[in-house]
Amino acid sequence: MARRATGTRKLVVTALAWAVGLAIFFPILWTILTSFKTEAEAIASPPSLFAFRWTLENYVEVNSRSDYFLHFMNSVVISLGSTLLGLLIAIPAAWSMAFVPAKRTKDILMWMLSTKMLPPVGVLVPIYLMFRDFGLLDTRIGLIVVLTLINLPIIVWMLFTYFKEIPGEILEAARMDGASLWDEVVYVLTPMAVPGIASTLLLNIILAWNEAFWTLNLTAAKAAPLTAFIASYSSPEGLFYAKLSAASTLAIAPILILGWFSQKQLVRGLTFGAVK
Amino acid sequence: MATAHSRAAARVMISPAVILLLGWMIVPLSMTVYFSFLSYNLLMPGMEEFIGFGNYEFFLTDPAFMEALVNTLLLVGGVLVITIVGGVGLALLLDQPMWGQGIVRVLVIAPFFVMPTVSALVWKNMFMNPVNGLFAHMAKALGLPPFDFLAHAPLASIIVIVAWQWLPFATLILLTALQSLDKEQIEAAEMDGASAFDRFRFIVLPHMSRAITVVILIQTIFLLSVFAEILVTTNGGPGYASTNITYLVYAQSLLQFDVGGGSAGGIVAVILANIVAIFLMRMIGKNLEA
Amino acid sequence: MTTFIRALLGATAISLAVSPALAEKLTIATVNNGDMIRMQKLTDDFAAKNPDIELEWVTLEENVLRQRVTTDIATKGGQYDVMTIGTYEAPIWAKQGWLVALDDLGADYDVDDLLPAIRGGLTVDGKLYAAPFYGESSMVMYRKDLMEKAGLTMPDAPTWDFIKEAAAAMTDKGNEVYGICLRGKAGWGENMAFLSAMANSYGARWFDMDWKPQFDSEAWKATLTDYLDLMNNYGPPGASSNGFNENLALFQTGKCGMWIDATVAASFVTNPNDSQVAEHVGFALAPDKGLGKRGNWLWAWNLAIPAGSQKTEAAKKFIAWATSKEYLELVASKEGWANVPPGTRTSLYENENYLEAAPFAKMTLDSINAADPQKPTVDEVPYVGVQFVAIPEFQGIGTAVGQQFSAALAGTVSAEQALQSAQQTTERTMRRAGYIK
Repeated sequence: MARRATGTRKLVVTALAWAVGLAIFFPILWTILTSFKTEAEAIASPPSLFAFRWTLENYVEVNSRSDYFLHFMNSVVISLGSTLLGLLIAIPAAWSMAFVPAKRTKDILMWMLSTKMLPPVGVLVPIYLMFRDFGLLDTRIGLIVVLTLINLPIIVWMLFTYFKEIPGEILEAARMDGASLWDEVVYVLTPMAVPGIASTLLLNIILAWNEAFWTLNLTAAKAAPLTAFIASYSSPEGLFYAKLSAASTLAIAPILILGWFSQKQLVRGLTFGAVK
Repeated sequence: MATAHSRAAARVMISPAVILLLGWMIVPLSMTVYFSFLSYNLLMPGMEEFIGFGNYEFFLTDPAFMEALVNTLLLVGGVLVITIVGGVGLALLLDQPMWGQGIVRVLVIAPFFVMPTVSALVWKNMFMNPVNGLFAHMAKALGLPPFDFLAHAPLASIIVIVAWQWLPFATLILLTALQSLDKEQIEAAEMDGASAFDRFRFIVLPHMSRAITVVILIQTIFLLSVFAEILVTTNGGPGYASTNITYLVYAQSLLQFDVGGGSAGGIVAVILANIVAIFLMRMIGKNLEA
Repeated sequence: MTTFIRALLGATAISLAVSPALAEKLTIATVNNGDMIRMQKLTDDFAAKNPDIELEWVTLEENVLRQRVTTDIATKGGQYDVMTIGTYEAPIWAKQGWLVALDDLGADYDVDDLLPAIRGGLTVDGKLYAAPFYGESSMVMYRKDLMEKAGLTMPDAPTWDFIKEAAAAMTDKGNEVYGICLRGKAGWGENMAFLSAMANSYGARWFDMDWKPQFDSEAWKATLTDYLDLMNNYGPPGASSNGFNENLALFQTGKCGMWIDATVAASFVTNPNDSQVAEHVGFALAPDKGLGKRGNWLWAWNLAIPAGSQKTEAAKKFIAWATSKEYLELVASKEGWANVPPGTRTSLYENENYLEAAPFAKMTLDSINAADPQKPTVDEVPYVGVQFVAIPEFQGIGTAVGQQFSAALAGTVSAEQALQSAQQTTERTMRRAGYIK
């Protein structure tokens, strides 16, 4: 029997959902709109939503002041690199936790998560000294390593919960057929786990892209990603709302677009085992 | 069922992750512990000397410490309450049939993709600024005096900003959980005359409890170390009104360059975080049993 | 085919030979202030003169920059070849042996042309350790039109009492005109720069000769009470989060009657491109309280080379370029004389073109000359520095005290409480650092 999903009800729900959605999205929309205003219009009272003279001057200014493309590429390389490296380490770990659980599996998992609670500021000086000694300061490699380690617990956990939902019998069957462990992982497990891996990958790219403590503190010019690019636009002299908006839009646009296009994949695996 | 062979293999496969994380934890942590017993200021090299628990005493007797501790708990708790209540509400709303569901969902999850620094800058300047911010313009239009959010309600303002960033995450996880709910169960209850509230209370909420646990766990991990938002908006002030433990450690080690004091603070923060973690596990751990 | 390959190889060889293969890359850390951003845009001129040196810029917000460069120099991280540092850091770092002495910036550099007050703050044991890029003091900037409307005239050297009277007369909250805008954002370089300088004119000091904090003195109490009184009655809303930049934006959009802040702001507020009130701005010396000291500070942003840098020679070339007389002329030719970085060279203040283009020039010079880092306040002090105390612990103390005063401005604590906590925090840290036995 169909529910009494009358037209009115759907209309009300739609109106409400759109209102809430737009309200949540509004700060981002406002930033994007402001980036096309002049500095004077950006603080004009009363502000105008669309009725202003659209201009690209802020984008021109931002690009003449900083090398957006370099920062963008650094962000791409660092977030993608740390994610792939993280997956490489986490997939075997999560596999063995999910399919060969030992008594301590859950403890190990919780311990891994607890390493994320280490406040980064407390260990900056030791890390900085180590980076200096290994020549890793201001290198993409150094940042990839740090971000991999920071996000590894989340990756392992996400994959673990996802792998657990894969029925063990299939693996048993493969083993009966004489598949080696390697074959098992590569030909049986991985294809089934692709949605989970994909969403882990996406979530981790987002986390790495937005990480702002290590990326800012361990880089100078060469490896600085977009988080450092933004740091040069926060409270400069004079009117800056429009320029700040343009820089912000440039910094978040790539990840926002990626997130939107891949939201289905992201959501599918983003359950952390919460769905039975 | 697992053979000795596969057990050994499993151990090999898990070891890179464990060893790396162990290294990542132990090496900086032991250096931090070591520094925490030294009188070590970055600006005065060559003056390091062992001072026992002096740094811990200094950090713990800081008048700001208790306030920071309370602020940390308020921040974590406040954001959790907003995101979970809001997330459940949004998930219920988004689960209904409507026109343009895909677009609405895209709008709702967008804040999750925004860098903390950017969202703090945008909120601080373009919304909460009492002269040029949008809220001030709105207050003016209504004939009200503008409210100075970051001066008079600093912690609450930061909670709102952080909650805005995390609401999409909570919504997504809760929505996924909701969608896995057996709709027939609801319909059966409806036939039996259960009110909408009862259906929510006795069927929907228990079904989502696991997802709520996950949201609490993951968000707590991230919320304990909220930092960029505070640095950008209030610098922990006015006074210590919006200083949390992480920010206090930052002030000690990177504003005063007091590595010894900062390290002691770092260790204290780790211990506190672990206490919270143990609490969490106790309270909700059974929900994660799988 | 082979010819093609040969041609390709040849082309590669040529391009390798032509491209500055041995180019040295200098990484320069700097603040995102207007004058530095301008310098960044003018580097083509430097590149043309020094084809073998490439420049890489790291432009950061002031607080982030300070934290980054301090961490780097203290751990000898070596990430930067040229650092932008303040007058506060220069002597402390030089004493630690962290900076390269700049005693040979070339024959044309004319080091004696640097303003003595500014140069003095950057010199340790007779050697210059940082070259000033721009220097500043603080002064009163006010709206002539609003003063006229209020029926008042600003004297060249006002008192705090007059400032209060003028602020009251100019305030028109209904039209969003606030009589006075002052710094309120917590930070040793933000509200404490202003308040320490103001306190000096009230006869207050940070420490007595035994390094005992003085926040329990009557002079500090009077300073803070008057400051709160001014800001609460005639200041803009949200003043406790306003720093230099926020106030600049307020003043440029016509929301402030008076603004007491850095002299460098003068060129921004009189520039019609950025400022809506450009033609109405007047200047006066920072106010006094009749005690013989004015509430103005002394600061410069300087370029310095960290010790241990492998590229000292190239870095010196860059510093000599960026702080030279020729650089001033370069900026003048591109952006007009009013926009050259001020406050570093005597010759600039003797230049007719500059004096004509910059109505604030004389007031800036007088303010800089009126500040005395060796004797900042009425009573004797054990430290150097006008709006700061040149000891490593000051950043932390200054910011903690700034937090208290910012809270007092926000109204969450009373002036008494703020002073009391300031006294306690400072004493605690000074005791720990061993100044107070």
